[in-house]
Amino acid sequence: MEKVQLLKGNEALAEAAVRAGCRYYFGYPITPQNEIPAYMSKRLPEVGGVFIQAESETASINMVYGACSCGARAMTSSSSPGISLMQEGLSYLAGADLPAVVINVMRGGPGLGNISPSQADYLQSVKGGGHGDYNLIVLAPYSVQEIVDLTIKCFDLAFKYRNPVMLIADGMLGQMSEPVVLPKMIDVKDDLDWVVGNGNHAIIHSLYLNPEDMLEIHNAKLQKKYEAIKNECIEFEKYLCDDATSIFVSYGTPARVCKAAIDELREKGIKVGLFRPISLWPFPEKELNELASQVANHSGKVIVVEMAKNQLEQDVKLAVNGKCEIVALNKLGGAIFNETEIIDFVLKDRK
Amino acid sequence: MTQKTLYSKPKSLTDKVMHYCPGCSHSVVHKLLAEIIDEFDIQKDAIFIAPVGCAVLLYDYIDCDTVEASHGRAAAVATGIKRVKPNKQVISYQGDGDLLAIGMGETLHAANRGENITVVFINNAIYGMTGGQMAPTTLVGQKTATTAAGRKPSNEGYPIGACELINTLQAPYFIERCKVNDSKSIIKTKNILKKALKYQMEDKGYSFVEILSNCPTNWGLSPKDSNKWIEDIMQKNFPIGNFRDNGKEA
Repeated sequence: MEKVQLLKGNEALAEAAVRAGCRYYFGYPITPQNEIPAYMSKRLPEVGGVFIQAESETASINMVYGACSCGARAMTSSSSPGISLMQEGLSYLAGADLPAVVINVMRGGPGLGNISPSQADYLQSVKGGGHGDYNLIVLAPYSVQEIVDLTIKCFDLAFKYRNPVMLIADGMLGQMSEPVVLPKMIDVKDDLDWVVGNGNHAIIHSLYLNPEDMLEIHNAKLQKKYEAIKNECIEFEKYLCDDATSIFVSYGTPARVCKAAIDELREKGIKVGLFRPISLWPFPEKELNELASQVANHSGKVIVVEMAKNQLEQDVKLAVNGKCEIVALNKLGGAIFNETEIIDFVLKDRK
Repeated sequence: MTQKTLYSKPKSLTDKVMHYCPGCSHSVVHKLLAEIIDEFDIQKDAIFIAPVGCAVLLYDYIDCDTVEASHGRAAAVATGIKRVKPNKQVISYQGDGDLLAIGMGETLHAANRGENITVVFINNAIYGMTGGQMAPTTLVGQKTATTAAGRKPSNEGYPIGACELINTLQAPYFIERCKVNDSKSIIKTKNILKKALKYQMEDKGYSFVEILSNCPTNWGLSPKDSNKWIEDIMQKNFPIGNFRDNGKEA
């Protein structure tokens, strides 16, 4: 029988990374993700890995860049202000086709904001974030078990596509404990021909000086890769959507609260469902668009619930494409939604 | 009479025509490094870090595995590489803006961790690639694109001594400043670079070699005069010599 353990989100994430073959961690302390580097500093030496507390997030992401250039399974983790500092490095990782894994346990902003849960890095994550035309693959868990499963998936996707992958979780998910089942240690055998260290004059770079015959071609290749990712990596969950007349769209912790609200609303005879994107980039645009048609047929609404303002909502608008009305419930201070306020919002909106 | 080859282009140097300006020290240092790579027979074991700056295309000239770093981050990238590949020789090749301005944090912390890497620091007291702006090592009074009237300490502070700074740290194993403005200095610099790399191969730890270099184009001097400027002016501000050699026999 599989062993069920009670683990804190951040620690479960760190152990999942180790089991996914991560042997190199570089990071700089920031709340609310400090359990990740603390765990890694103890755990990695046990499995022959390397932990370095870097001098900054900028250094962290560039150490990851160096390790990934050798084909190593490497990662860093941080929280919102630290992720801002990593944006340049993420652009270089994308430009050089490197398979890095970056974790963002989001906190409130802008500026120093606070250390409470937030989803205000949505756009920074899914729209590239740094300079240039690029995309990260972005996954968003909503439970500690899903943190484990998606962390492992992050490494798989990073190496499958040679692309940086980001997992974004609000601070609540990092800090809460839940029962989880961890997978066995995965025996990683990455056989990579593009890495440095084999003496084949391998070059890791993102500089393509000539416009027509170099950078245009490089970007076309990147775009082709992103198209493949869009076709192959869409992930989402539908909860009670089949007969729903209105649909919540939410991810991470707020999606959990939506589920509880849905159960109560249905007891009142209001048929609401939840569409939960798990891959935030690529965004499950087509699937949401289909649901929008259903909602429109019932003269219902799509209700965006996010701990941010007009971030997830922007992608929802693009997906819905005018088919039905969209309303949004936002929280920007670091407090978690409770189901009553979500229920009240729906009831008030129906009047 | 049989003919004997006395000198040839290093095997680790490609045939590509270098983009460097005539008389620029970069090409000299590239060749020295390629010669050393050949002499140690480590062409397949060396990994270079190419910096942002004039040497960004280093991988076009030195025929070794190379990773291009973002501006200032070479020491962090080198750290990531060396920790994954401890048996490879990691050489971080950086200019003064990269190493001492934008990358000061990464430079000092990699040195402070005693990363077993070799840092080759090209100090030419100016930003070459972007068109001759002030560097952290620009001399007081030196005219640049951004110090038209000459560097004024009241506004821009003083030039930073990289070797002096790194010498305040406990971990580094080898620190030396040299120059490449004449044949004698070039031969000496080669030996210093060779020693630094040898220490890395022996897992001794962090080695730092600062090379006073010219920038004829942005200094507005002929190659010959620029070498003379290193001799007469620059080295007065940046004294040549060994700062630390933990491998030196007592």
